[in-house]
Order: sequence, then structure tokens, then C-alpha cells
Amino acid sequence: MNKVQNNRAWFLILPMLLLVAFSAIVPLMTVVNYSVQDVFDANTRFFTGTEWFEVMLNDRALQAALLRQFAFSFTVLAIEVPLGIGIALLMPKRGWQASAVLILITLPLLIPWNVVGSIWQLFTRGDIGLMGVGIRELGYAYNITRNPTDAWATIILMDVWHWTPLIALLCYSGLRAIPDAYYQAARIDRASKWAVFRYIQLPKLTNVLVIGVLLRFMHSFMIYAEPFVLTGGGPGSSTTFLSQTLTTMAIGQRDLGPSAAFSLIYFLIILLVCWVFYTAIMNSQKDNTTQGGA
Amino acid sequence: MAQITLKSLAHSYSASPAGPADYAIREMEHVWKQGGAYALLGPSGCGKSTLLNIISGLLTPSDGQVLFDDQVMNELPPEERNIAQVFQFPVVYDTMTVYDNLAFPLRNVGTAEAKVHERVAEVADILDLTSLLRRKARNLTADEKQKVSMGRGLVRDDVSAILFDEPLTVIDPQLKWKLRRKLKEIHERFNITMIYVTHDQLEASTFADKIAVMYEGQVVQFGTPRELFEAPAHTFVGYFIGSPGMNFVEVARTDAGGVRAGTIDLTLPPAFVAAIRQSRSRNLKLGIRPEFVEVLTEPAEAAYPIEIDNVQDLGTYRIVSFGFAGVTFRARLGEDQPLPERQAYVRFPEAWLHLYIDEFRVEVGQ
Amino acid sequence: MSLILENIDHVVNGATHIEGVNLELAPGSFNVLLGRTLAGKTTLMRIMAGLEIPTRGRVLMHGEDVTRKSVRKRNVSMVYQQFINYPGLTVYDNIASPLKLARVPREEIRQRVHDTAAMLHIEQLLDRYPAELSGGQQQRTAMGRVLVKDADLILFDEPLVNLDYKLREEFREELRELFKTRNCIAVYATTEPNEALALGGHAAVLHEGRLLQYGPTEDVYHRPSDVLTAEMFSEPPINVMPATVSGSEVTFDRNVHFPLNSDLAGLSPGQYQFGVRASHIGLEPQAEDDLELDVTVDIAEISGAETFLHVRNDLFQLVLHLSGIHEFAVDQPLKVYLPTHKIYAFDRHGDVVHIPSRPGAH
Repeated sequence: MNKVQNNRAWFLILPMLLLVAFSAIVPLMTVVNYSVQDVFDANTRFFTGTEWFEVMLNDRALQAALLRQFAFSFTVLAIEVPLGIGIALLMPKRGWQASAVLILITLPLLIPWNVVGSIWQLFTRGDIGLMGVGIRELGYAYNITRNPTDAWATIILMDVWHWTPLIALLCYSGLRAIPDAYYQAARIDRASKWAVFRYIQLPKLTNVLVIGVLLRFMHSFMIYAEPFVLTGGGPGSSTTFLSQTLTTMAIGQRDLGPSAAFSLIYFLIILLVCWVFYTAIMNSQKDNTTQGGA
Repeated sequence: MAQITLKSLAHSYSASPAGPADYAIREMEHVWKQGGAYALLGPSGCGKSTLLNIISGLLTPSDGQVLFDDQVMNELPPEERNIAQVFQFPVVYDTMTVYDNLAFPLRNVGTAEAKVHERVAEVADILDLTSLLRRKARNLTADEKQKVSMGRGLVRDDVSAILFDEPLTVIDPQLKWKLRRKLKEIHERFNITMIYVTHDQLEASTFADKIAVMYEGQVVQFGTPRELFEAPAHTFVGYFIGSPGMNFVEVARTDAGGVRAGTIDLTLPPAFVAAIRQSRSRNLKLGIRPEFVEVLTEPAEAAYPIEIDNVQDLGTYRIVSFGFAGVTFRARLGEDQPLPERQAYVRFPEAWLHLYIDEFRVEVGQ
Repeated sequence: MSLILENIDHVVNGATHIEGVNLELAPGSFNVLLGRTLAGKTTLMRIMAGLEIPTRGRVLMHGEDVTRKSVRKRNVSMVYQQFINYPGLTVYDNIASPLKLARVPREEIRQRVHDTAAMLHIEQLLDRYPAELSGGQQQRTAMGRVLVKDADLILFDEPLVNLDYKLREEFREELRELFKTRNCIAVYATTEPNEALALGGHAAVLHEGRLLQYGPTEDVYHRPSDVLTAEMFSEPPINVMPATVSGSEVTFDRNVHFPLNSDLAGLSPGQYQFGVRASHIGLEPQAEDDLELDVTVDIAEISGAETFLHVRNDLFQLVLHLSGIHEFAVDQPLKVYLPTHKIYAFDRHGDVVHIPSRPGAH
């Protein structure tokens, strides 16, 4: 009878399970279902096995998009993480200045993706955009619709502007959580500013940075609205990232099978990268007996 | 190596202090001699942490001077004072090994690696950390971490004092006495001034040769554990040291030339009577520790009849409470000592009886 | 009302937290639950309160089985280690909160809050908010909230650990007084033997989820039923050392032995554990047949008016509890005297087989 008592608790999480099923498992299974079939119409479909997966993995356009995607994600991470830490270190610690800076920094985070794209689209226009006109005034023929390098640089700049505040905020809260005693001990140990950063601040930021980097990686890997609005993926396909390729395929061409297969591959890549990253960070915190010491 | 002198030192957190109540530290003179083991003992809010921060340089005093030997330190930041500090919660550099933690203060000033190695090995040996040198500091237990943070102070040969701020708070009770022993060993081995801040009488008196008891921003007594117990210089010391604290009763002069407490005419040695009658103050108290109150079953000379209110058996001893001149007095009796049921007589041996005028103890010529 | 725990087991994720506990608390009794951290004190209290349903066994309140009755339907209160008050309410409203929930008339609330506050010496603080109070005052407020309602069962989970020792001293004394006149059952958990002794009443000693002994507090202290209880219920812990009894002698090792005295004559030959209280070992012999031991000082811990002296030799580590201040250097050699008439003897299972007689005992 005691068991009955304890099992009753399971009923309480039933709604939660149902919710997860509808929000994640059912859509995912639908995708899996499509990925192994060739669908012509509602009544005509053939089982294809792994055929779509093979096709997708050998697709040149997709391979190129994947490479671009990685290049983009790693570039923005490489800029945003150090920049975010730097901003967090420079932010005022208390008083009204702290609140003011916090609000200013948070602003870009509040703007919806497609609006960010529109803002930058206007901003970079050669005829009326502040930035576009400004750069041209300096004598550089800036044009994001013609020059792939300009397009790339602008998209990266836009992402940095939009998302560095997130890293900065996370780091700021991480830094606030370091007890004063650590700084006092470091002063007494005559540590340099760099040593304080390297051995106190950075280690104490590890946990928030892991969250920040994972979030930013997933975000940037799925980027869609901003480049779509800003450059439409061009010039050519130079700024066509994975999600846009996928959308074109699924909605534009109605290739449901291949795009379902590709969605799964996409999903697995994100999962894999996150897992590798997380494991690497966690391992680095364990004892490493071969290092340091005498 | 240094003697630490506090000269007319006072500190207020308010910019324009109006009265004594605005001072976290009231004006004081104090000397910590080179090589001594000292404790700064007091309840929370008594100003002991403020004083510690002034000595370490984390806080600049509003009045007076801090001297290390003859040099005024007021404006020097902590890193230039050559002091080390162990905090309440262990501070270690998480990502470094124990070895690198200990080496850190030396490497920061560009010490040669050979010398670093020699010092770290020596200190690790004393602190029983040798087997842990290659471990990452984050994976240590609280007591090991606390030893590492102490070790960072000990590796430096230019350190003139080590300050401890309630260092055993987070240590497992069963390990505390071992760490206390280690601290004492270290003090005996290194000729370093050590100042230990705590609110715990056991930690203070176990560690220190001399204890400064702080109360409301002042050092009310600076003495050995024995002096604090046997001759508390201030009523607060009497109350704070010992469990239960000292018994106090207010006394007054009588018109007949004697001394009384409430309605009881006291039989006191002539020197006490003289001292009380000479004093102008109306704040007169007699104090005696529960350990020294004699409880008798039969009437005796200079013994007052009392009625026992309560007996608490604490295993190894008993605490007897009784009313005396309107206040509750306590006496501590051994477990084997016979005890009357209700009616008893108490005697206050004059060697242990103290006179307090305006809360401070007055030496009475015997 | 009485509280009975019957064959209580509690297992969480395969780990046994409480094992076979039988306990009967009398109406109006003050009970101390003594045990180290993780001994199961909190779990047992949560079972008493109804916050936890035991894996096995029954809880009876006034003869009624309440094992599965929700805490909201039982009339219990609890005081925690942390000072838990409503930060947005004044002290008055904090104390009044349980009465307001019970829809007690306003005038009665006012009266009861004032009475409770007076009892706890916080009448002058009724208008303040918890953040403006010291730790001791905050805990008094939390206790006020518990005492104001007439609970059948009041549970204290180490309420004084976060206060300094002078405040603890005051609280203990007040608590004893407060509960003299109430007829609810009080259960007070603590890790400190001295706190248990100071509070008096009855004591239950818990160790690793099992109840070792229950009885009047002084009795449990002076007449422990086994070696674990004796160790748990003394601070510093009773000194325990292995000993061999032969026909005429007690031997601690080849080197240390003494003739079997009248006290221990009843022990049959064999292996024992002998226990000697820290306060019974002295620096001077107190009786002719005291056993002299050569030892080395580990450390003398001084606490205000008493000294805890840790010493060792090849055979034992001993702790002495001395009255007054005694200073010793680390590693100083010393002679200490062990009274052979004040020895507790435990058999190889740890059960007590001999308790020394006490001159002062009635």
C-alpha cells in the first residue's frame, strides 16, 4: 500500500510528459518519418531508408552552406566572447551608473530578429544609411549587395552588435558573484591585474561562459531572419547559411524527404558540438596530475 | 617582522561623526609585539573586523595612525604592507594546483624558481600538504583549502604578520582542534606576529597568548586567558568569557558606613568598603565568577543565607541558580559536591571578588 | 496528547535514513533529539510533522493513526536553523500570521501576540521589519510565530546553531521556562550534548538512523546503555580504550595494567571497551589506586573557564576536561591520573556491563 502512495507522484508529472511529447517528441518523430520516405502526395509515398541522408551528405550546396555556417558561428563566438568579457570587466560595479549601463547594454537584446535585419538594412544602405554613407565618404566603395566580403563583415558586425550584450550580461552577473575576499587575497598576494583576471575572474566565469557559449553557438548556428532580411543570402550564395538553405528546400521546392533528413543531420550536429564542448570544459576542471607541480 | 602599533586610532564610517556612537572604533592605543600570538575577541558588531581591515590596509582609518615598527602605514595599500590574511571562507585559486597556489605570492614578485621550489616544499611539509601538491585546489576539502591559504602567507619570508578572520568557521567540528594545534605549531616555528579575530572564546584562548576583548568599538581588556577569567577588567569581559558568565550585583553605600546590596548588608573586607565609600560614582558593582561561589549546607562566617531556585545537571558539573539581592546568581558545583535541597548558604571568597566602578574593575588593596 | 512512532523505517532512493525507530513521547514532555549531522534527526522530525511519510511503520497522535495525514491537517509547528520570517511583514504581523489564517477574532489576536512577544522579550520590536533585527531577535520572532498558536506538537530543528554562544545560553534557559507551563509535546534537535543537558527533559540519542536510547536526559547521560550512546552524549566524547580483564587484573596493553578492584570485580574475564569521562581524568591523583599514565600534550584548548587537554601516548589518545585555565606547551610530557573507580565497561558488542556508582546521585 505504501507503493501506491509513492507512485501517485508519477501522475503529477503526467501533464509535463504530455507537454514535452507534443512540443518535442511528436514534431521530431514527424521529421524522422519524412526523412525515410519519398512523399508525392497524401496517398503516395515510398520507403527510401537512408537514401535521403546519403543524398544530402553529398550535396555540394549544402556542404558549402555547412562550411559557411561553421565559419560564421566560430567567427562571431571568437569576437563576442572576449568582447563580452571585456565589457563586463569595464562596467561600473555599483551606483546609478551601473544601472544606466545595464539598461543601455540590454537594449539590442530586446529587438526582434527581423527588425534587427531591417535596421541594419537601412543602416548600411549606400544612399541613405548612416553607416553605408559614412564608409563611402571615407573613400571605400562599400556595397553589401555586390561585395561578398562587405556582406560577410556586415552580418558579423550585426550579430556582434545584437548578441555581445548577452555575453556581457552573463559575465557581469558572474563577476558580481565573486566574494570580495578573493580580490583582497589577491592584493595581499601582490597579484598583477592580469593574474587576477587569469586566476580569479576567468575561473569563476567558467560556468556562465559555458552557458553563454552554448547559447550563442546554438543561436548563431540557427541564424535565419537577420541575414535573410539584410542580404537575402547574397551576393550569390555567399551569406546563405544552413537554415536558409533548408527553408528554401522544404518550402520553396517542397522536397520534404531530403529536407527532413537534413533537419536531422542539422540537429545532430548541434547536439554533437554542444556535447563535445561541454565535456571538454567539464574535464578541464578535474584534477590533471601530469600538469603543474614540481 | 614587525611590531604593530595603533596610535590614537579611531574610525568612523560616517563623514562627520557627531558622538562616540558614530565610531566603529573609538580612540585607542594598542601595541601588538613582534612574534606574539594574539586574538581579537568580541561579539558581532563590536568593531573587530573594522580593526582587522585597518591593520591589513583594506580600510584607511579616519583618525590616528597604524605603525609597523616605526613606519606609518595609513596610506599604504595591502600589497605593500607585507601582511598575509586568512579569511573566513577559504580563498584558493581554483584552477591552480596546490603547488601553484603556494608558489603564487613568490612568482608574483619574480622569485627564482629554485627558491620558489624550496620554500613551497618546506611550507607544504609543515602544513601536511606535500601529498596534495599536484592536486587542483578546487577539489580540496575546506580544512585543506584553509591550510593552503595559510600557506600562501607562510611561503613569503618578508611577511610581518598573519591575520586570521574567523578561519575555522567552515571547518568540520571534529577537525577543528587539529587545525588549532597546527596553528600553534606554526606560530612556535615561525617568528611571525599573528592576530586571530573571532567571536568564540575557545578559539581565542586556545590560540592566543594574549587576547584583546572588544566591546562597542573599544578594547576593554588586553590580557592572557587566565587574566580574562580570573580578573576581568570590565563587566563585559566577565559576562562574555565563561559559561555562564560572571555574577554581578549593584551595591550602594549605607548611612551607617557600610555597603549593601538591595536589602542585604554585606560583610566585606575593609579595603572594599573603603574603595566603595571613596568613589563618587553611583555605578558600583561587585562581581564573582560562578566557579568561585561557595555553596554551603550549614551557616558559616560571612556566608549569606539563600534559597536555591534551580539546579541544572550538566553532567560533569551542576549550575545552581539562586536569587541574591534581587538578581539571579549562579554557582558552579562539581558533580560529587553535596548540595542542600533548598535552604543554603553562599560565601564569596575575597580573592575572587572584584569591584567594578563605572563598569571597569578597580584594584582593591587587600 | 501523546505521540507514538511505531517501527518506523524510512528509505529514500535505496538509502536508509531511519531504521526501526520506536518512540513514545508523553503529553506535555520536552524531548531532545541528540545526534550528529546526518544522524536522521531532521528526517524523524519531518515524519513526526507529516512532511514525510515513512516507508514503513505508523505514527500515532493521541491514539489516532496519522501516518498519512497531511501536515496541514495536523496541529504542528516547526522552528528552523535559518531565521524564517515574512520579510514584508512587521514582527507583529509575523507573529499574528498563523492566527489570521485560523480566523481568530482581532481582539484575541492582539492579546495573544502581545502575550507571546512579552514572553520572548520582543514587545518593543513589534513595529519593526525582520531585516531591521539582529539574528537573535529574528529567531525570537520566528519562535513567536510558532508559540502563538496552540500547536499539539512543536518541533525545533537546531534553532540556535546560527546564534553566538551567549545568546544560546539565554535562549536555552528561557525555553526551559517557556515549556514548563505548556502541555504540548516539544521536540528539539541538536548536535550538542551540552545543549541537551542544559535543556533537560527527555533525550533520544540517534545514530545513523537508529534510536540508541531514550529516557530522562540525566539518566541517558549517566547511565548510557551502550558505548555509542556514551560517545554521542558527551562533549568532549568519553575516552574509550580496549581493555582485557583476567582473573585478577585489568590490562590495557602489556605495559599498563592495574589490579581488578571491587568495582569491576563482577566482570568475567575477556575483552572489553572501557570508557572514562574527560572530566574524570585529572592532573593530580584523587584516590590511591588511580592509574598513572605518561602522556604527551597534543594541545590545550582553553574555553573561557575550562580547559580541554588533548594528550596521547603509544596506546591512546585521551581528552581531559579540566576546570579553570591550564596552559601547556605542544608536545610537553605530562602525567595524568585515571580513576579506576569511575570506569564504564562495555562488552565486545558495545553494550554496557558496568556503570560506576556516583557519590552525588540519589
